[in-house]
This record gives sequence, structure tokens and C-alpha cells, in this order.
Amino acid sequence: MPRRNDIAKILVIGSGPIVIGQSAEFDYSGTQACKALKAEGYEVVLVNSNPASIMTDPDVADRTYIEPLTPTYVEEILRVEAEMLKASGKPGVFAVLPTVGGQTALNLAVDLADAGVLDAIGVELIGAKLEAIKKAEDRLLFKDAMNKIGLDMPKSMLVNNLRDGLEFAAKLGFPVVIRPSFTLGGSGGGIAYNREELMEILSRGLDLSPVHECLLEESVLGWKEYELEVVRDLKDNVVIICSIENFDPMGVHTGDSITVAPAQTLTDREYQCMRDAAIAVIREIGVETGGSNVQFAVNPQNGRMTVIEMNPRVSRSSALASKATGFPIAKIAARLAVGYTLDELQNDITKATPACFEPTIDYVVVKIPKWQFEKFPGADETLGPQMKSVGEVMAIGRTFKEALMKAVRSLETGKKGSGDSIEPRRLRQRLVTPSPERLAYLRYAFDEGMSVRDVARLTGMDPWFLHQMKTIAEELKAVESVSGEIDEHAMRSAKRMGLSDERLAVALKIDEKDAAAKVRALREKLGVKPVFKLVDTCAAEFESLTPYMYSCYDEEDEAAPTAKKKVIILGSGPNRIGQGIEFDYCCCHAAFALRDDGYETIMVNCNPETVSTDYDTSDRLYFEPLTLEDVLAVYEHEASGGAEIGMIVQFGGQTPLNLALPLKAAGVPIIGTSPESIDLAEDRKRFGKLITELEIPQPPGAMATSVDEALSGARRVEYPVLVRPSYVLGGRAMVIAYDDADVVRYMSTAIEYSQERPVLIDHFLEDAQEVDVDALCDGKDVLIAGIMQHIEEAGIHSGDSSCVLPAVDLTPEVLETIRVYTRKLALALNVIGLVNLQFAVQRGKVFVIEVNPRASRTVPYVSKATGIQLAKVASRLMTGQTLRELLPEQVAAGKDLGTGELYFVKSPVFPWGKFQGVDPVLGPEMRSTGEVMGVALTFGEAFAKAQIAAGLYLPTKGTVFFSVNDHDKKNVAELARKFVDMGFQLVATYGTAEALEDGGLQVERVYKVKEGRPNAVDFIKGDRIQLVVNTPRGQDRVFDEQAIRRAAVLARVPTITTLAAAKAAAEGIAALQRGDVHVESLQELHAARNGD
Amino acid sequence: MQFGMDSEGEFMQAILALEDGRLFRGKSYGAQVERVGEVVFNTSLTGYQEIFTDPSYAGQIVVLTNPHIGNYGTSPSDAESVKPFIEGLVVREFSPVSSNWRSTEVADEYLERNGVPVIGEIDTRAVVRHLRANGCLRGVLSTDVSDPAALVAKARAHKTMAGTDLASIVTTKEAYTWDATEAKNQTGDKFLPADDAAAASPLNATMHVVAYDYGIKQNILRMLARENCRVTVVPAKTPAADVLAMEPDGIFFSNGPGDPEPLEYAVENIRALQGKKPLFGICLGHQLFGLALGGKTYKLKFGHHGGNHPIKNLETGKVEITAQNHNFNVDPDSLPADVVRTHTNLNDDTLAGLKHKTDPMFSVQYHPEASPGPHDSHYLFRDFRKMMEDWKK
Repeated sequence: MPRRNDIAKILVIGSGPIVIGQSAEFDYSGTQACKALKAEGYEVVLVNSNPASIMTDPDVADRTYIEPLTPTYVEEILRVEAEMLKASGKPGVFAVLPTVGGQTALNLAVDLADAGVLDAIGVELIGAKLEAIKKAEDRLLFKDAMNKIGLDMPKSMLVNNLRDGLEFAAKLGFPVVIRPSFTLGGSGGGIAYNREELMEILSRGLDLSPVHECLLEESVLGWKEYELEVVRDLKDNVVIICSIENFDPMGVHTGDSITVAPAQTLTDREYQCMRDAAIAVIREIGVETGGSNVQFAVNPQNGRMTVIEMNPRVSRSSALASKATGFPIAKIAARLAVGYTLDELQNDITKATPACFEPTIDYVVVKIPKWQFEKFPGADETLGPQMKSVGEVMAIGRTFKEALMKAVRSLETGKKGSGDSIEPRRLRQRLVTPSPERLAYLRYAFDEGMSVRDVARLTGMDPWFLHQMKTIAEELKAVESVSGEIDEHAMRSAKRMGLSDERLAVALKIDEKDAAAKVRALREKLGVKPVFKLVDTCAAEFESLTPYMYSCYDEEDEAAPTAKKKVIILGSGPNRIGQGIEFDYCCCHAAFALRDDGYETIMVNCNPETVSTDYDTSDRLYFEPLTLEDVLAVYEHEASGGAEIGMIVQFGGQTPLNLALPLKAAGVPIIGTSPESIDLAEDRKRFGKLITELEIPQPPGAMATSVDEALSGARRVEYPVLVRPSYVLGGRAMVIAYDDADVVRYMSTAIEYSQERPVLIDHFLEDAQEVDVDALCDGKDVLIAGIMQHIEEAGIHSGDSSCVLPAVDLTPEVLETIRVYTRKLALALNVIGLVNLQFAVQRGKVFVIEVNPRASRTVPYVSKATGIQLAKVASRLMTGQTLRELLPEQVAAGKDLGTGELYFVKSPVFPWGKFQGVDPVLGPEMRSTGEVMGVALTFGEAFAKAQIAAGLYLPTKGTVFFSVNDHDKKNVAELARKFVDMGFQLVATYGTAEALEDGGLQVERVYKVKEGRPNAVDFIKGDRIQLVVNTPRGQDRVFDEQAIRRAAVLARVPTITTLAAAKAAAEGIAALQRGDVHVESLQELHAARNGD
Repeated sequence: MQFGMDSEGEFMQAILALEDGRLFRGKSYGAQVERVGEVVFNTSLTGYQEIFTDPSYAGQIVVLTNPHIGNYGTSPSDAESVKPFIEGLVVREFSPVSSNWRSTEVADEYLERNGVPVIGEIDTRAVVRHLRANGCLRGVLSTDVSDPAALVAKARAHKTMAGTDLASIVTTKEAYTWDATEAKNQTGDKFLPADDAAAASPLNATMHVVAYDYGIKQNILRMLARENCRVTVVPAKTPAADVLAMEPDGIFFSNGPGDPEPLEYAVENIRALQGKKPLFGICLGHQLFGLALGGKTYKLKFGHHGGNHPIKNLETGKVEITAQNHNFNVDPDSLPADVVRTHTNLNDDTLAGLKHKTDPMFSVQYHPEASPGPHDSHYLFRDFRKMMEDWKK
């Protein structure tokens, strides 16, 4: 069946902000789907609230809506688009593809279908029908379906109250697995070992489930876990793209498991049974087209196989499977959804064979999740059925050992070799209870002489995997025992196990400063160098035309460089808080722009979730760790062809920046802003000197490498002070200290510091307004792309603040000062490309907080607001073009890039729901995982949209709680009156209440938390408050604000911390009360602006 | 780790020498012997033991592209015949341990016991790319690494597969009846689509099938048994008249090693049986059908060896993922007009299945019995059963 010609227009639903359980993989799948459908000639409409994604680029779809992913807004988009289709007179169906935007898109489609919206507007669901989605997602229906086709499942029961749960658990026996229905990434799930735990987990799960329902399930803890990626077409052809085996046994969420492709310990008989079962499942559930995954558990004692679950959509695993095999599941799925069959589509990689086949691979792929518990003190680090990792890395090697060790170094844990902090006494406990440190403890167990059998018994891991780990441990011991210089045989053997030069330096006891470089030199002298092989979907059976490469220490290199002039772009590695898809966006844009300019673009990255690691994004893709060793190997390989070559390090966040100087020292030509300038901006002393010369004010600062230095420094710059380590992104381990005690506590517990990496201490500007600026510079001209005003108070990490473009209440003088400082600094640092600056405005005075001569987190947001794709411009500046050539009008006008008549508000999204017991208060340490954007004609409505998109609903009626600082008291009454006029009641703490009463308002008084009861927290818990306006009061904030915010987060009550934001909220609420639902496509906004 | 080491505790070296002079050096596992054969590769991710024991691999040194071989050990129930038939094994990494509840013997010991040499730790992908560029090559796998030139000469001196009758070497010496009730003969796969189960057969009567053994795989017998067939396995050279005298309901022509052309006796038998009984052929059997019907066979550049080949059923339009293992193929242009092409290999458009327009006979080039490989084509055994039922009416 060829392409459906009866479809005219297709709406693709994205997955919204990056959250734990739904990350960049859906940007990858959504982008692939949009591109594939557009290439087929359909009119493609996209909705996604996440501005940092590639998929929301205006050229990916025909019409792109950055709007909240709620039924209200999507219904409006459907209505508008259906009308446009009707008005255009084009015949054809309007369809919705809900299977490439994760659980969010699927749930949204179900809501719209159930509410009758799809039928009313006349929209067809493609990819998966409503019935199939429900059958797969509803645990009871799924269980019935599996029974029908004779597949085994763990015994289970759906419960919607505690009593039924306890009764069933008594029959089943403990432990019992609890899985709430319809939640993301297993949110709220858990394993209960006793009655008490069951009550706790079950009540939380029932609460979190949108349908107030949980599945209680027989525990298959310790069984082997597998996943098959299945693709089906309308003619009922079904193929398996990839088998994945989990290194961690059942009990750890797949997203938190180390996984391996292909499956390593299944015989053909077992594998084919599983394959038959997976095919039977997709048929029975009725997913007509596209990708699904089916998870299985296998009892290692007797081979009993049970089905765990299936997802009727592309998923995290399908992104991994696509990268692992070279088979682009989402792209194929999108084309199958519009009628093609598998045999009609081509295998992109070989370009000669059809897509209707099952990839086979001749290497091993290992995925390891990236956790960031260090950002959430108090969070439970035990891994279980609820996903807690924020990102992942993938590595490809010829063997499991090589892939595993490459993946380990891709994680950028900052630990060198054996430098793990092991607590020997907790070894057994650490083996039994899964935690992020598991691999380190496994290594330690083998070093201590434990047997594979013992370790297997404690961990439930397959002995084959453990044997591989043991072999690595033995290899390291062998290297450690080398006397004299290591010979070629031993070196090659170690490298073939994936051991890094850095790790070998430790094993060989080379402790000099550049020990890894010594090992590299030695290795090269011995002639031990990596070769590059292709990922080709077919184990070399056919010739492959797509250069998708990985390194290994085998014999033959098959990826010789071309003679074209080339640019290597270093990606950003695993997704993490503070370094997310914004940087992947920039890297992709560099690849797109420079490919258009005739360069061969070469991407290096190790994150399987991203668009950058799609073989389509760049001309050549190296799926490699972003360490000096691996990047240099890629460079040397590419440079060996003798063609002109440059490397871009300023787009991938801190990961490539950390490599900039050593790369340059090794002779790599870095293009754009020089590594020295980047270093100068990070170097406090030299940067301070530059600032002084330029006569730009900066909060006084100091550096310290000891507690005494820190204390004297803090006193000198005056409290309060901001204390943080140098060279980190996302404000890791950053605090505001109000006195000596805070500083001592910080220095003694929080972080590691050294002579090279001192602690930074800055005077903290209280009650200031923060501003972020992104600008472009070519060394001669500076173009200001956006001046973003933060909505939250100063002191909250910029990544965790909402901000607005254009700035709403900065005076023209302040704005002009900011522009002057920006120009001065960009030119002084000789920026070629992008620069991001942070300013604080305190009582009309502008201070520079920091300058980062690199792409920032806000680049995609500003690009989408202004319609100018900054990263593309920047990459062209780096290859020698000028701003006057690229943006002549804008340079001539001498103005900032425009945002037209509209306001663009960016708001963060937090993972509090995943980390019980963590203080949800905001501070200088970044905690948000993702962001959303709200667009509207008024600041208020844009703010309201951003809040809604972030999952916080501004109330349209009820009570507003006010508690403001003295500085804000004079303005609070005027603001509160707006709420009263809209029908809200007021509650306030005593001081604020007086200010309000002085303004002639009626207000109910409530105690502060430490004053007595009932206090503000009691009111929030009692559902008596629908909106909190609480502006901070310096030192005495600690207790009250944390308690209020925690209560508010738990009760899902929006909390606002500045009067500016409160004003915006009031305007937003007014818009909501009017029932205004406006949606606008980016393409129209940008076109309207260009028409000005 | 004691295996494969010499007296100094060093790993024994091994070498793979190809007829064109290319050498690959690695470590020796399995039996420490020297073997000569045609070097072929197989891209299946699972099922190494089935491959070792598939008689179609007689005379061949097999390169497995999955870099980890031996992980799940070996088990008698995964054997496709009484012993391994491969001449030698070439792998990237050979597991010294096994991990699977059914495993009874580590793969290394199993191959050593059966006299099969293994070379490990070599760049198998480079070997495959070399074969892809140069076609099938003869090679020597040896632990005597001292004189590679001599090994290359040995490889060149080895008789090529074309023109050699290997089937008569691997076939059963005497006819026997396959006993489906024996535990070791059970398939154990219970997740087949419901309409494939033997119980669904409309005629519950047992059919008698005589199977020509040119190197038959056990799973073909299991599949026939599942279709409620009593199977008599006969030697390759059994005359057609003797087979007819057994009064079978249908006759099956098995897979087997090497070139079909020298098997003139088999071609004659098929011609003698055509139109007299329902006939079904797999792989070598299919090539013999092609020859018997007047067509020609030719040698593929490097053969089809893997578990992921897409085959389009031209009658239903559906695609099945299949297991393949053959170096020779039937030339579709050589077939007369009364032969219908039923299946096509989508990778290279080669002929993958045929049937006669009027006589009850059909054959496929691939392995519907799988083992190793996907079960998508099991329906062909059902088709054979139906053909026999219709013939009986």
C-alpha cells in the first residue's frame, strides 16, 4: 500500500519539556517524524511547548505551535488548523500522529478523543487507534489481551483503594510491586517488602495516578529483563529491530538500568519464542503501524518467560535501538502511519536493501544512565521501579567489555579510574541494593576476590556479564603488575577491553600531571591506535553508504576520511541538569548551517537520545565518548586525509569547553572564540582585571583554596556571599551564605576544591533584578540577540528562573547600559560566535555577574522568539563570515533583534515528584530538568501559558496568600487590588496584612510558620490557598519560605516570588478568566515581523 | 583460564589463511587441529549451536559476525544433527564460560570434543568485508602458524565446492523413522500463532512423509511431526521407485551442503516423482527442483547466510523474515513457463521460492524450519500438509 493520498494535513504532538522519563529521545523521534512526513508532501503541523527542541524549529514543520500541551490549547490548534484546511479548499483528511511524543502525546490524544473533540472536529488518529492505545495502557485490558493469546504475565490485580491492596498482597506474599496507572517513567511506583511500605507506596501511587488506580503485581525481582523493539505495517508485516538485555535484573526501571544490545544470553530457541510473543502482542493490542516495544522477564532458573508491558508508541528504548542498529524507527514509523508498507521503504544506511528486514549487528552497544543525586540532597538513591536518571550515554564497542568501558568514561563522572569512593563494609549491601554506584562495587567485589557465583547470587545479574566484569578487573591487575615499560601485546590487550589511557595511567602508576598524554604517547609509539568501523544494520553483509562510525582496537579501519574541507562539532554528552538539549540544538544547527555552506560536518557525541546523534544530522557521525583521548583520535583520523579542518567546541556546553585548551595544545585547530578567551572569561583574576580596565562594575569577589581563605574572602566582599566551585555548569554545589558558619559548612562538606580548582566567593546582590543577554560577535560587530529579564528574584539560578523577552520593566537607561557593557565585553574577549552575559540590576545600577563566550541555554529560546537562528549565524561567523554579510539590516539598524509585538516567557520544569523528601526550594543550584515557552500578546497571558505548559495552573478563583518583604510593601496593595477586583480573597502574614489594610483592602491574617498556628502552611495544606505570593526577606527566609514552598509544591499551588511575576500572574489570570485561548504558529509570528 | 594455552601458559596461536594470501592471526580454541574448507559468514545473532550442527555447513569454515559466541553454552536439545558439521569456526570473542539454565557443556569443550578448531580474537568484520569484496574463498584454519605461505598453498590446493557431491557424504546411511515423541525431538516453542498449531489441523489423520536426507536438519523433522506427519528419512541415493513403494502421502527433499549440480541421481528421482505425489523442497532440495524442472543453478558471489533476510511471498504480498544458508541459487530466467515464481528475496531480487503450475510440488530457497532464525515461514509446512490432504481427496 503506497502513501495515503487522502490525508492533507497531519498534526504531530511533541512531548513537552524535558522531565525525568521523557527526555531528548522524543525530540529525536518527533523531528524524524516531522521531516519524513514533510518530505512526503504532507502539510505538517507541530505542537510542543518545549522551545529548546530541534523539532520546534520553524523549518521542521510547516506550522509550529509552541503552546501548552493541554486539551484546551491543542483543541484550539485543531480547530484553527481544520478551518484553515477547509478554507484552503484542499480535499483531504486532517490527521493526528500521537505516537512520537511519548506518554504526554499519547495521553493528550486519549483525552481529546474521550472528550469527543477529535470526532467533533473530524480528525483521524494515525499510528495507533484509540482502542489500541487503551488496550496497551490500561493494565486490566492488557492483562486480558495477554491471557487471550496465551502469554504469561506476573500475577496482578488493579486496586483503587488501600484495603483491596492489602488483601491482595496478603495472598501474593511480599515483596509486591506497585505500579500506578498512566504515570510517566513509573512515577509513584515502588516495591514494598512489608505491609507498612505497601501502605505508604500504594497511597502515594493512587494519588499520583490520574485515574486513582494502581497495579499490584507478583514480584519478578531478580529475573532477567529483556525488551524487543517491534515495527509493524498496515499489511501486517512485522519486524524486530533490536533486542535489548538489561544488565540489571528485574526490579530496576529500564530507564535506570544498564542495558545491552543485542541480547547476550538467550539461545535461539528462547529468543525466537520471545520474538513470536512480541509479534503476537503487537497484533493482539492492535497497533496497526509503527513502532512499539514489549518488555519481558525471564526466570533464570527455568526459562519461564512473562510479558511485563508494551508501549504502543516509540519510546526511549526505540531511540536507543535506532542508534544501536542504524534503523531509524521513528522515521519509518511515521511513513508507515501514512500507508506505506515496510517493503516499499528503503534501508537508509545501505540505500540498496529494503527497510523490511531485521538489523543484525557485529558489535555490542551498552547504555548507562546518568544520575544526579548530588543535586537533590536527601533523595533516596536506591534504584527501583521509578526512574530517577536524568540522561544516558551509549557506547559502541566490538565486545561487551569494550562498549561498557567506553560508556563508563562517556558518563563524565569526574572520577579517574579507581578513584571511586568505596565503603568496604557496605559491599554486600551495595551489591544487593541497586544504586548508581553499582558498577564500582562490582569491580571492588572482584578485586576483593569474590567469585562470579557469589556476586551473581547477591545482585541477580547474569553470570556472563559478571564474568566480563571480572575479566576487566583481572586485566587491570595484570597491567598494574607490569614491571618496566608495558609492551605492545599488553597495551593492545588492555585497549581492546576498552580501558582508557587515563585509567591505564592510574594502573601503570604514572602520576604526573598529564599522565594520560604519557600513556597516549607510549601507545602510539607501540603502534596501538584505534580504528573506526561502520554501523551498517547488516554486519557488513552489504556495502553501507552512511558514515556512522565507532572506534575499536581491531585490525581494519574502514572509514577513511574524505578530501572535503571539514568541521568537527563536539556534542554535549549525556543529558543532565544544566546541560540539556539546548546544547544539542546548537550543535545540530552548526551541522545544518555548515553542511549548507559546503563543509563536511562531523559530529562527535555519545548521547543516544539526541538529534545530533541521528546519522542524518551531520555528514559523518562518530558515536564516541567526549574525552580528550577519544576526541583526539577522531581528529587525527579525520585530519589524516590532509583536508582543511576545524573544530567547534563552544556549542556543546561545558563538556567540550573543558577539552578546549588541551585540544588546542595537542594541535587541534579550534574555530570561533579562542580557547584562551574562553579560559580568560572563566579565570577570575584575569577576568576581574579586564572588567576593571573596561570600567564595568562587578560584585566584589574572592577565591579560596582553604577554609581560612574562604572566611577572609567572604568577610572582605561582605555578606551575603555566593559560594561556588569553579568550572561548572548549572550551578552545581552553589549556595548563598549569610555568615561564617554557612561558609565553614560549605567548605567542609559540599564540594571538592584544589589549587587548580578554587572555590569562588562573590558578594551577593540582594533584592536585585537579574538579566540574561545572548549576543553574536564576529570580532568587529556585536549584535544583541535578546535581553531577557528574569521573573524570579536574584539568587535563583538562571536556569531555574522564568524569564521574559522582551524585558518588561527595565528602564531605557538600564537597557542601554547593558548593551554598552555587552559590546565592550564581547569585543574585548574577541568573541567569534555566541556570547552569553549575566547582569544584576540593583537600584538602577548594572553589575556584570558572568560572561560565557559560548552558546548558552537560552539560544534556542531566543532564536524562536526572534526568528533568527543564532547558532547557525554563530557557526558561520566561526568559519569566517561576518555579521555584516549575514545580517546586514540588523547590524545597520544597530538595534537588538526584534520580538515583534509579542511576549515570550520561558519557564522551568522541576522533578520534585521523583524525589520524595527533597527540599523543593529554589536557589543558586540548578534543579530544573527542562523548560517551556509561553507566547502571547500580553506579558500576563504569555506568563500564564508558560505556567500551564509547565504544569502549574494559575487559579481563576479562590484565595491569594501574600507575604512580602519590606521593600515590596509599598507596592503590594496596588497589586493585591487587582486580585480582589478579579474576585479573589486575600490572606496575608501580619506585616503584609497591615500594608494591605492601609491600602484599603480586606484581608485575613495568618501566622508565619514560626509564629504559631494556624499558619500559612496549614492553610496551604487545607486547600485554603490557591496562589502564593511570597517575596524573599534575606536571612530570615530560610525556614518560612522553604516550608511554604514545600507545602505549595506538594499541593500543586503556584508560588510566585517577585512582584513583577505576581503582576504577570494577575494579568494571566485575567486572560484565563476571559477564557482567552489564543494560539499562534511561529512561522506566522516570524513572517509578520519580517513584514514590519 | 587454562584452555588453549601451551606449556608456558601462553594462549595457543591460530591462523586463518585464505587462498588469496590474506592472513588473520588470533587465538586457538576448540580442537587443536588443522582444517581446510570454504570460508563463509553467517550474520545470525543467535543460534550458533544450530549452525555448528547444520549438515549444510559440511565443508565450510564459518565466520560468525556476532562478536560474542558461546555465551549460553550448548545443550543437546539445540543440536540440528548428531554432531557439528562445520570444518572450523571463526569468531571475534569466544566465551570461556556459559550462562543459561539449559546449558550442559561450554561451547569450547563441545567443539574440542567434536574435533572442530576455532580461531578467536580476530577482526571478523574485516574477514567478512574481504569475503564480500572477493566472494567465497577457500581457507585453512590452523594452529601451526610457522609457515603461512604453506597454508595458503593448501587452501589453493583444496577442491572447490562447485562440482562436489557433499550430500552423499553427510546423508544417513540407512532409512529410519523419526520418533516425534522423544523428548530430545521436541521443539519447545509454545508461542506460535494459534493457527499454526498442529491441533488446528482439520484432518487429524497422520500423513506419511518420506524425507530425502541430503543433510537434513532436525527441526524440519520436528516441523513435519508437528503437522502430524510420520516421517521416514531415507538416504540421498534411494531410488524413486523404493520411495513410492513406501506409499507416502508426500515426499520431502531436504537442505544440504554444496553444489546441487553433481547430484544427478537426485534430479532423476525428482523427475520420476513429479506429478505422482506432493513434493516439497527446502534449500538444496529447492535447487534440485529447479534443475529437475529444466532450470539452471549458479553460484552466488558470497551466498546468503543469516537470519534476517526479507522474503516477499508474491501470492500474499506479505514479507517474512527468514533464515538463509546457501551459496547456490536457481536462475529464474532459466525456468520453463510451467514454473511459477512464488517468493523473492527483497535484498537482491533473487528467486526464493517456486511451484509447478499443475503438479503438486513447491520449494523454497530459505529455511522455513528456522532453527536458528525467525518462525515467520512455518506456514509452509502447513501448506505441504494441505497439499497432501488435497491430493488424497
